[in-house]
Amino acid sequence: MMKTAAQPLLEVKDLRKFFPIRKGFLRKTVGYVRAVDDINFFINEGETLGLVGESGCGKTTASRCILRALSPTSGQMLFRTASGDVVDLAQLNREQLKPLRAQMQMIFQDPYGSLNPRMTLFDIVGEPLLIAGMRNRRRREERVAELLRLVGLRPEFMQRFPHAFSGGQRQRIGIARALALNPRLVVADEPVSALDVSVQAQTLNLLLDLQKRLNLTYLFVSHNLSVVRHLCDRVTVMYVGKIVETATSQEMFARPRHPYTAALLAALPVADPRIKTGNVELPGEVASPACPPSGCYFHPRCTYCIDRCKTEAPAYREITPGHYAACHRADELNLAGMA
Amino acid sequence: MNQNTEPLLSIRDLKVHFFMDEGVVKAVDGISLDVHSGQVFGIVGESGCGKSVTMKAVLRIVEPPGRIVSGEMLLRQTGRDGKTELVDLVKLDPRGTEMRHVRGGQIALIPQEPMAAFSPVHTIGNQIIEAIRLHREVDAREARKIALQQFRDVGIPAPEQRLDQYSWQMSGGLRQRAMIAMALSCNPLILIADEPTTAVDVTTQAQVLRLLRRLQQERNSAIIFITHDLGVIAQMADYVTVMYLGLVMEQGPVDQIFHAPKHPYTRALLESIPSVDTPPRVDLPTISGSIPHPFNRPAGCPFHPRCSEFMPGTCDQQTPALTPVGEKQLVSCFMYHNREVMA
Repeated sequence: MMKTAAQPLLEVKDLRKFFPIRKGFLRKTVGYVRAVDDINFFINEGETLGLVGESGCGKTTASRCILRALSPTSGQMLFRTASGDVVDLAQLNREQLKPLRAQMQMIFQDPYGSLNPRMTLFDIVGEPLLIAGMRNRRRREERVAELLRLVGLRPEFMQRFPHAFSGGQRQRIGIARALALNPRLVVADEPVSALDVSVQAQTLNLLLDLQKRLNLTYLFVSHNLSVVRHLCDRVTVMYVGKIVETATSQEMFARPRHPYTAALLAALPVADPRIKTGNVELPGEVASPACPPSGCYFHPRCTYCIDRCKTEAPAYREITPGHYAACHRADELNLAGMA
Repeated sequence: MNQNTEPLLSIRDLKVHFFMDEGVVKAVDGISLDVHSGQVFGIVGESGCGKSVTMKAVLRIVEPPGRIVSGEMLLRQTGRDGKTELVDLVKLDPRGTEMRHVRGGQIALIPQEPMAAFSPVHTIGNQIIEAIRLHREVDAREARKIALQQFRDVGIPAPEQRLDQYSWQMSGGLRQRAMIAMALSCNPLILIADEPTTAVDVTTQAQVLRLLRRLQQERNSAIIFITHDLGVIAQMADYVTVMYLGLVMEQGPVDQIFHAPKHPYTRALLESIPSVDTPPRVDLPTISGSIPHPFNRPAGCPFHPRCSEFMPGTCDQQTPALTPVGEKQLVSCFMYHNREVMA
């Protein structure tokens, strides 16, 4: 599944995003929420990278930083533009970002909240075109019709409002809008988690089909590991603002190297009563990114914790080619994957 | 599973309709099911299938314009004199003493959103103590002791302090544990868990599910487990009911539902979710179309417009009855009616 000789479309280096905690009359900064804390990863052109983690782990913050919906505290985000230049998205200002915005688009989680109920499909899907300078209405109509056909909707629906459509159809509208300007990187934040089970498969198939046809690169943010396993080439797992493991999807599910990944896999309820899952010993709660524990952030909950884990933060390193993990004991532990 | 004993709760042909200005929504349109003690009874279905409305009907908390139109819900409970008696919950006054004794006392609910279910201006302890004192004849000190014991049973650390906290001071996992403690505080016969883990993370979900399983086995009570997640149902339930648009499509023991599904809807649903065996990055089998709007419910079998086995002239004309297939499964599909006729 790995594309050979692929070039990274996006390379994130030492990315940080801290939110200040302010208190008192003078709004003095008393601390920081380390939402994204020194993360490193890359996405090759045409591949799907899954970004996995529990709520509050920083996966949404990281994806928003990449789109520059948020400005990162520090770090680099090297993006290969359509013309082949590499630019650092973190350094650009509003004006400089504008031409690049078309190349990076987003698909949202909630198909009900992300479409303006007062706008028709033509207005919704055509808005990016208008912003990008396509003033001619006839040409916009043609492009919107083409986009609607692309996502499996009838172009005649163009003058209707979102309320006339079901959740799955609305998600298709959102996808059409994201594709309007021929983006190269699409950030999909939990795109199927709000949909009914019987329409999730349709949407996943559509995402796969569009990727093949348009050579899209996906950053797929999700907490649903079954969906990630199905869709992604490589997977990155985050815990309390840090990346704990990155590997190809196959490797990650067969042989996880970080105890947290193993716990996530074990916790996943499998839709087969003959395979009993969920017997995971993971005491306590997810640590707060405002006052994370010492050493490895996962150590208070880890079954394999040794003294070193309590004091020294593990380095994020390559364990086997292409398989990265941040665990002192990654080499010696033999963690179970999924059957 | 005590299939031989009399059911604890027996629902027969229950219909709950909502009378709106735009028309009648038949949210639940004639469902029957039997819940036995010591059983985790799973109800699985997508949005609009009527799974939550069924449970609201059992607790008699269906809000207007909804109304129980017909059917019966027989609860086998131990009366004050120690004899077992059958009560038809449909016949009780929803605001009467008897129903209030059942609600919370005999049948308790774990709601989906513990954040919304707890009052933010009262401590968790006060809310649980209030419930205990409503259903059991104990004084405030005794009730607090019971509440503390419940907190220990569900594994809340530092229960003494937690009892005096407010819901917003707790994490999602702890809140859900507190909710379970509250639901169990009056030793109910039946516990209804309505999507108890949709609001929490995977690892917390595993903890909560394991807790529910343990408590159910310790107390030999019955749990009605409602969810849309097929993975959770496979792990939790002993017996499964699959619902679609207010009707039961299929019922059976969990192993048969997942390994020998009979109804085309159950089959299609199971095929459409990515599993351990599906090869990655290939198209998944899909169910065409989407769930119809409640006002445009198809005539006949509600699933027929999306069904791969659709038989024109039959499926769109009549509604199939729930018929036994094999020893323990029940299916409402004409494919199996015909088979019986042929045999």
